[in-house]
Amino acid sequence: MSNKNTGLWVFVPLVGFVALAILLASGLGRNPEELPSALAGKPVPAFSKPSLISGETLTEERLTGQWQLLNVWGTWCPTCYVEHPYLLELAQRGVPIVGMDYKDEDDKARDYLARYGNPFTEVIVDADGQLGLDLGVYGAPETFLINPRGEIVLRHVGEMNPRAWDEKFAPVLHQAGNPLGGPR
Amino acid sequence: MIRVFPALSLVLCALLLASPLRAAIDLYQFDNTEQQDRFHRLTEELRCPKCQNQSIADSDAEIARDMRERTARMIREGRSDQEVVNFFVDRYGDFVSYRPPVNERTVILWMGPLGLLLLGVLAIVLLVRRASRRAELEEDDQP
Repeated sequence: MSNKNTGLWVFVPLVGFVALAILLASGLGRNPEELPSALAGKPVPAFSKPSLISGETLTEERLTGQWQLLNVWGTWCPTCYVEHPYLLELAQRGVPIVGMDYKDEDDKARDYLARYGNPFTEVIVDADGQLGLDLGVYGAPETFLINPRGEIVLRHVGEMNPRAWDEKFAPVLHQAGNPLGGPR
Repeated sequence: MIRVFPALSLVLCALLLASPLRAAIDLYQFDNTEQQDRFHRLTEELRCPKCQNQSIADSDAEIARDMRERTARMIREGRSDQEVVNFFVDRYGDFVSYRPPVNERTVILWMGPLGLLLLGVLAIVLLVRRASRRAELEEDDQP
C-alpha cells in the first residue's frame, strides 16, 4: 500500500513543472504593453477640442454616424512615421480615419501632414493630453475603432499595419456587415 | 589660463541657480499636509501604464506626469481616494492599481500565493504523517 502511494507521488513535481511551464510559456508570447481597454464598449468620452485643419471646435459628435478609426499620433512619435504610409493606404481604400494630434505643436503637425500626406478626414488637437487621458491613451500611436453610435469597439496599441488590420479591425467590420471589412 | 577661472565659476553659479528651478517642475501645491500625504500615497499606489513596474510617483514618463497632475487636481477638488483610483481604473483597467480589487479576473493574484502555501502545508503534513506511520510499522515489525 505504501508502495502504491509512493508511485503516484513521484509524478507530482513533474505535473507541477509542466503546469508552470505551460503557464509561463503562454505569458512569453504576450505583449505586456497590450493592456485590455477599459473603455471597450463605452462611448467616446465627451470632449471639446479644436480642429487642426479648420480651427473649429470639435466634440464627440464628430465620432458618430459611421464606422471610423481614431488614430492617436504626434510628430514626436517615431512609430507614427513608420505607420503613416499604411494609414494613407487605408484612407485610399476608403477607411475614414480621424487623427488625434496628441501632446504636439500645431505648426509641426501641419508641416508633418503637408510633407508626408494627410490620411485623416479630421484632426483633433489634444495639446494638453487631457482627451488622451480620458481615452486611456498612454502613448502613441494608438488606434481605436469607433462604431456609428460613437462607441469604442476596439483599441490597438502600437504600429498600425496590415497584420493588425487583418487580425483585429477587418473581422469586426466584416461582422458588422461593413464592406470595409472585406469579403471573408 | 587665469581667465578660465571666472568663466568656470560663472558656469557653476548658473548650475546652482538652475537646479532648484528644475526641481520645481514637479511640485504640487496643496491646502494642507493631509492632502499632500494622500497625494504621495495615491501616486505610489497607481502604476504607470507606459513604464510598467513603476508607480506614477516613480516614473518620468509623460503619461505619469499627466496622471500625477490629474491626481493632484482631483485631490484639491476634494475628491476621495476611491474616486481618484476609480477614475484611472475606468480608463486604464485594474492594471493601473497596485492594489487591484478582488474579482474573478484578479482572484488568482490575490488567492494564488495563499493557495500555494496551503498546498505546501498539505504536502508537508502528508509526508510527515506517512513517515511517522512508517516508523510505527517498523516498530511493530520488530520482534
